[in-house]
Amino acid sequence: MGMIIQGATGDWEVVIGLEIHAQVTSKSKLFSGASAEYGAEPNSQVSFVDAAMPGMLPVINEMAVEQAVRTGLGLNAKINKFSVFDRKNYFFPDLPQGYQISQYLQPIVGEGKILIDLKDGETREIGITRLHLEQDAGKSLHDQHPSQTFIDLNRCGVPLMEIVSEPDMRSPEEAAVYVKKIRSIVRYLGTCDGNMEEGSMRADVNVSVRKPGDEFGTRCELKNINSVRFMQQAIIYEANRQVDILEAGGTVDQETRLYDPVKGETRSMRSKEEAQDYRYFPDPDLLPLEFDGAFIERIRETLPELPDPKKARFIKDLGLSPYDAGVLVAEKEVADYFEAVAEGRDAKLAANWVIGELFGHLNRTSKSLGESPVAAPALGELLDLISDGTISNRIAKEVFEEMFDTGKMAGAIVEEKGLKQVSDTGAIEAAIDAVIAANPDKAAEYKSGKDKLFGFFMGQVMKATQGKANPGVVTEILKPKLDA
Amino acid sequence: MSLDKAAVAKVANLARIRIEEKDLEPMAAELNNILGWVEQLGEVDTDNVEPMTSVADMRLRWRADAVTDGGYVEDVVANAPSREDGFFAVPKVIE
Amino acid sequence: MSDLTKLSIAAARDGLKAGDFSARELTAAHITAMAASKPLNAFITETPEVAVDAATASDARRARGEAGKLEGIPLAIKDLFCTKDVLTTAASHILDGFNPRYESTVTSNLWAEGAVMLGKANLDEFAMGSSNETSYYGNVVNPWRRQGDNRDLVPGGSSGGSASAVASFSAMGATGTDTGGSIRQPASFTGIVGMKPTYGRCSRWGVVAFASSLDQPGPMARSVRDTAIMLEAMAGFDPKDSTSVNMPVPNFEAALTGDIRGLKIGIPKEYRLEGMSEEIGALWQQGIDWMKAAGAEIIDISLPHTKYALPAYYIIAPAEASSNLARYDGVRFGLRVEGKDMNDMYASTRGEGFGAEVKRRLLIGTYALSAGYYDAYYLKAQKVRSRIAEDFKQAYLSVDAILTPTAPSAAFGFGEKGDDPLEMYLNDVFTVPASLAGLPGISVPAGLSKDGLPLGLQLLGRPFDEETVFRAAGVLEEAAAFTAVPADWWRG
Repeated sequence: MGMIIQGATGDWEVVIGLEIHAQVTSKSKLFSGASAEYGAEPNSQVSFVDAAMPGMLPVINEMAVEQAVRTGLGLNAKINKFSVFDRKNYFFPDLPQGYQISQYLQPIVGEGKILIDLKDGETREIGITRLHLEQDAGKSLHDQHPSQTFIDLNRCGVPLMEIVSEPDMRSPEEAAVYVKKIRSIVRYLGTCDGNMEEGSMRADVNVSVRKPGDEFGTRCELKNINSVRFMQQAIIYEANRQVDILEAGGTVDQETRLYDPVKGETRSMRSKEEAQDYRYFPDPDLLPLEFDGAFIERIRETLPELPDPKKARFIKDLGLSPYDAGVLVAEKEVADYFEAVAEGRDAKLAANWVIGELFGHLNRTSKSLGESPVAAPALGELLDLISDGTISNRIAKEVFEEMFDTGKMAGAIVEEKGLKQVSDTGAIEAAIDAVIAANPDKAAEYKSGKDKLFGFFMGQVMKATQGKANPGVVTEILKPKLDA
Repeated sequence: MSLDKAAVAKVANLARIRIEEKDLEPMAAELNNILGWVEQLGEVDTDNVEPMTSVADMRLRWRADAVTDGGYVEDVVANAPSREDGFFAVPKVIE
Repeated sequence: MSDLTKLSIAAARDGLKAGDFSARELTAAHITAMAASKPLNAFITETPEVAVDAATASDARRARGEAGKLEGIPLAIKDLFCTKDVLTTAASHILDGFNPRYESTVTSNLWAEGAVMLGKANLDEFAMGSSNETSYYGNVVNPWRRQGDNRDLVPGGSSGGSASAVASFSAMGATGTDTGGSIRQPASFTGIVGMKPTYGRCSRWGVVAFASSLDQPGPMARSVRDTAIMLEAMAGFDPKDSTSVNMPVPNFEAALTGDIRGLKIGIPKEYRLEGMSEEIGALWQQGIDWMKAAGAEIIDISLPHTKYALPAYYIIAPAEASSNLARYDGVRFGLRVEGKDMNDMYASTRGEGFGAEVKRRLLIGTYALSAGYYDAYYLKAQKVRSRIAEDFKQAYLSVDAILTPTAPSAAFGFGEKGDDPLEMYLNDVFTVPASLAGLPGISVPAGLSKDGLPLGLQLLGRPFDEETVFRAAGVLEEAAAFTAVPADWWRG
């Protein structure tokens, strides 16, 4: 469902398009051999090319080309065998060249589309306008000195993919789901690590409002958004701001606005924007980027199974519910973990344990899956112990607790603590007899029709066997004895 | 197309080159002189002509993705007019 | 010992090899000549210590039996090439104090072949000029003077310092760069040979950029053979330059066979400019006759869009420059003029740091790329450029090389063409078309004007066919037998 703002003059619909900047996973920069890794000492990952020293020239990184094509294929998009790098000219201290090398009229990837799953079970198609390669800028630090800004060029020249969507989203939630879906796809593809905290994924959001059915309104571009939560807040603030302007009889200026997460508002960047004229032209230091169909096909052959087909397979072949399947495919690590656990086992049981116990424990301890003390083979072993009757589901939860705390294997814990389920009828029968003998009055009450007491006897027997008795076997023997 | 004083000031601002007020008018005249001469390009029929994109008849070469450069902070900031702790320093930028 | 500075590179090579003199002696002679040539202002930075060290090392290498192609040869380096730990200025105030921490590919190649650097040669600021009157470090003076006249003349530009150093026997050869004629035109003005190779033949890495799609380093020396030897050392594939062509470097010297029988030489009718001086026309005809006499076949050709090359060039080059020179912002190197905020600092730094001609071109270039004017100026000029390149392609279906004058006049006096930039731009009328098409070209001194000043003829070739250009140039040189040298008035 779209977001509707009820104004004095009627309902307003929000129209959202996104430009996602995703850092290409690569060892080195787009046009230089300096490291693209995050978080090094200032200016230590800067080549003379990145610092735009006189006479320095760009040479393109083949990995960036491959990753862009791979991402384009993951977005079901048209791959352009001929594309052009342009210079986008503007002055800024963290832009040493005085221009950003980007792709303007002829990007490497053209139109595509992806599906997003909404809460109500509805699926929506979101159009991808284009994807192009460009250089990241450096970083300005304003808080290190009272009167100076410090410039670190480590990020300068890091390869980015700008993924531009059509204005197809109608609510902050849809935008959020879209961003998560793009993040999921690039992580599956291994083309971007999707880490928003470190800035390897950032979004600029175009927001406009209109009366349903009208033409698109004038949009504003919101910048400086580095989390999905902030993005949603920014959209809500901005949409309401625009509605207020329009309802007061004003007009929205097309402009770039900065989101301030502290104040929770957007503000105009007009001062900086005023004289902006980027003077795009093809970079004369580079030739057009060209490759053939065989190059694309080679990449296509290496594509992993993406979240949408994987989800469909989980539902169809493994019998999972759409909800469980959706949860399990959202992150590639989760899907891989689940598949490792489910391999050769009861998939539904595996899904329940991953989503229920594992996620529960991870959440409680604020751990990521990567940090889980219980690896997939270990959880698999535990499930095997349940399936072959060695332990009960209840004991299994205890064992899991122990596994999570200590990192020990399930078999070892069961052995060590003697938690093996007892199915030996002789031992169970002896325990039952002792329990009945100790509670003659309750046995009599049961016989006279108080059926509920069966649970009491069941519990006493389990207690007597420290929970290890196989509940099925207990029931089988206890019932006739009480009835006798 | 002819440039006036205001247009020259705008272009100078785009190029971040200070031109004193008194020099705008003469600069406009100089630029118009050159642009007027360039107008003759209009005589050339360029319908269906692609703009020149590469001078040499070759394809763009790609480099292997390997870290082969960087790691020399001192060399990077050696010529900086102002620097601090490996950073370049500039007057405070207000965003 | 006779004056070692009067030797050609080829002769010095033989003398060094034979042990007639050492690289140290050869270099010392040139250091003396360089010091004596101060009135010419050919050098921005003289590096005698660097030269002596390099010559000493060269002698040691030779003693070990390791000699490169330019072993022990002292050269001037245009101050557009970045040289490690040696001031590199592009003749601009804005690069004040810039000591690169890297060495350009072309100069690295030269040092690898044993060459010795005498110093950094003066030039027009950022190579923008045709008379070397735009250098922040002052005008370069042409060693030549008109007969019976002691007024100084320009050496041409932008490689004016390189040309002057070679013509005054301060250096045996020099590197130049040619964007619209910056090697060939000063060579013509100073009576030396200047070769602009095919775009992509020499690496641009480490050369301060003016116009990326046009800039091309090349050699300047006193004979065709010397430029061939130098180019072989300078050229070569460079993976650090995306426009460098991966092709083997031929033995250019071996191309000088002296035999052009059957070679088809085109004479473009469009280069016969209205109002062209008679002596230029006569020299051109002389050249045609020489080539014919040597057995070449002369063919009249047409390069219909020649007239539009200059205006197209004066949009394309400034447009690229406006972007290439954006990096001179006072943040990471060179001049900074403080301001009240960033934009003020930029405008002050660039306002003070760039000279008048550079500013003029940056404004033209910025305008040509700006919103609303891009199609009319930049795109149009790039389309015209395609047509010019196509003209040459067509011509080369029927000819192997093209012969033209290098420049429309001999060297002129300072300030003679100061007022109207267009008049100055016309200097490049014969050199710019080949630059736009990326073709190799050479200027060979072919005669003297009535005032006793050198005049050059230009030979153009097919892409990457420098060998044919050298071969034809060698024949032209021999026929012209140009032996005049300037009177060494500057030694005073």
